[in-house]
Amino acid sequence: MVSAKKENAARWVFAGCAALSILCVALICWFLFANGLPAILEIGPMKFLFSSTWAPDQNQFGIWTMIAGSLILGAGAIILGVPLGVLCAVFLAYYCPKKLYKPFKFSIDLLAGIPSIVFGFFGLTLLVPILQQLFPGISGKGVLTASILLAMMILPTIVSVCENALQNVDPSYYEASRALGAGHDRTVFFVCLPAAKQGVLTAIVLGIGRAVGETMAVIMVAGNAAILPASLLSPLRTLTTGIVLEMSYASGLHREALIGMGCVLFVLVLVLNLGFMMLRKKETV
Amino acid sequence: MMKSDSGTLTFRQPDYKPLVKTPVYKKKKASLSQTKTKPDLAGLLLKILCLLAAAIGFGIMASLMIYILAKGIPYLNASLFAWTYTTENVSMMPAILNTVLTVFLTLLIALPAGIGAAIYLEEYAPKSSKFVSLVSVMAETLSGIPSIVFGLFGMLFFGYTLHLGLSLLCGVLTLAILVLPLILRTSQQALALIPTSMREASYALGAGRLQTIFKVLLPQALPGIFSGILLASGRILGESAALIYTAGTLAKVAFNVMDPGATLSVHLYKLLNEGLYMNQAAAVAVVLFALCIVMNLGHQLLLNRMTKGSK
Repeated sequence: MVSAKKENAARWVFAGCAALSILCVALICWFLFANGLPAILEIGPMKFLFSSTWAPDQNQFGIWTMIAGSLILGAGAIILGVPLGVLCAVFLAYYCPKKLYKPFKFSIDLLAGIPSIVFGFFGLTLLVPILQQLFPGISGKGVLTASILLAMMILPTIVSVCENALQNVDPSYYEASRALGAGHDRTVFFVCLPAAKQGVLTAIVLGIGRAVGETMAVIMVAGNAAILPASLLSPLRTLTTGIVLEMSYASGLHREALIGMGCVLFVLVLVLNLGFMMLRKKETV
Repeated sequence: MMKSDSGTLTFRQPDYKPLVKTPVYKKKKASLSQTKTKPDLAGLLLKILCLLAAAIGFGIMASLMIYILAKGIPYLNASLFAWTYTTENVSMMPAILNTVLTVFLTLLIALPAGIGAAIYLEEYAPKSSKFVSLVSVMAETLSGIPSIVFGLFGMLFFGYTLHLGLSLLCGVLTLAILVLPLILRTSQQALALIPTSMREASYALGAGRLQTIFKVLLPQALPGIFSGILLASGRILGESAALIYTAGTLAKVAFNVMDPGATLSVHLYKLLNEGLYMNQAAAVAVVLFALCIVMNLGHQLLLNRMTKGSK
């Protein structure tokens, strides 16, 4: 028999392990804000957030172009990825032949496991040249390319969340609709899919979160110019790529401003996460 | 009564059917066929779109796979696996060794912590306690944080505050936090799948809590934990944003954990960024791709076996 003392000690060790994730989040918050906030205050929060001149060599630190860049790419990825993902989920839930289900689901799941830098390689060496061919005279790196790539990356998230939501739709909805004379297609798209709209919403929030946080794939295909994109083909820079691009040589206020960008990104993602958790709570209630 | 009632019902049904097939029924049939002749255009269109989307979804995966394999395999040769990296021969061997080292060390830290946390949440804490929900919310928050934020934090905390600088250890510690929620979640699921009767049987035989956990529950949860390990390894393999400013981009084996060293993903980033060795980059992408596929395949297979076994 293990002594009671040992049992008790083990209990505390396990509790300590559990508390570790709380500690980690607290530490991350503390270190990011302790290092980033002073710079934000020194630059001026409004100027930092909403000025669109980013010129570290002239002490101009406005990150609006990058906030906008992140949001634009989040939106772009959602506009391309959500319809595709939702339709794929509908296919999986209602149209997929039994034999095809496993391979299809499997390949979508595998997509989730591919490293973002490999996606970056794919985008840089295949998507960029294709866009160059399609629209001669441009670099091929920009909003559209990055959005396409991000849509591919968030596809597995959207498909799995939406499919889950569709599977959870009460089968009586389907039966009732069929009994009223509606066909299979009409029932699926006008009864079952609206019934799962909460899941679609959750997928959108999760998808934006992933797209906004993505770094290494975007850095390869976005063009990375710190300007507000004028068209779908013009380059842009996001918060994530802004940090990676300049951190290696930044110093002083510039470096702290980059950490400040990290804070903004962190808050943005936290807000999205909070939205996701609230949506899921609503779903289970 | 009931019996005879239902009996008569089943007998009556065939009797009724022809009865209903009087003009009334025909009228209904006529109206039914009328609605059928008006085709459901919107539904049909959406169905076609749906099939199209499925084809695209499948096509994305297929094209990604074919492209990466076709592009990289021709450039895979022995010299890329030479022991040292030089500017003439951008060998990926140091990066591979660093990756193995990173995966191993990260799991060494994250596994005990994650499994310990899962044990506490599943076996000790009351399910409705505030602590449990706080830990789950925090773990979820942690898993949603972008990897570049982890990188920044690792650089600030492990790198500067703890004076680890640009080193493999700094990267490993950062990654350990990054995969902690993943291991926590998978281990928790694995423990939750074990039937309560197992625990009761163990206690009934006089085993204590610790004995039950280590002798009964953990062996049972092993496949689940292993699938979590594979998932986490895949994540570590693919991670680059969190490592650039913690473990650095130096293409040398970090024999000492205080030395900087680039993993395979970081190596690929560096090659792509320099743009000088695109063919070698393609070869690295193949290796990385294959490794991640293997990890995820293993994870899926184990998961399938586990859920089947529990049924």
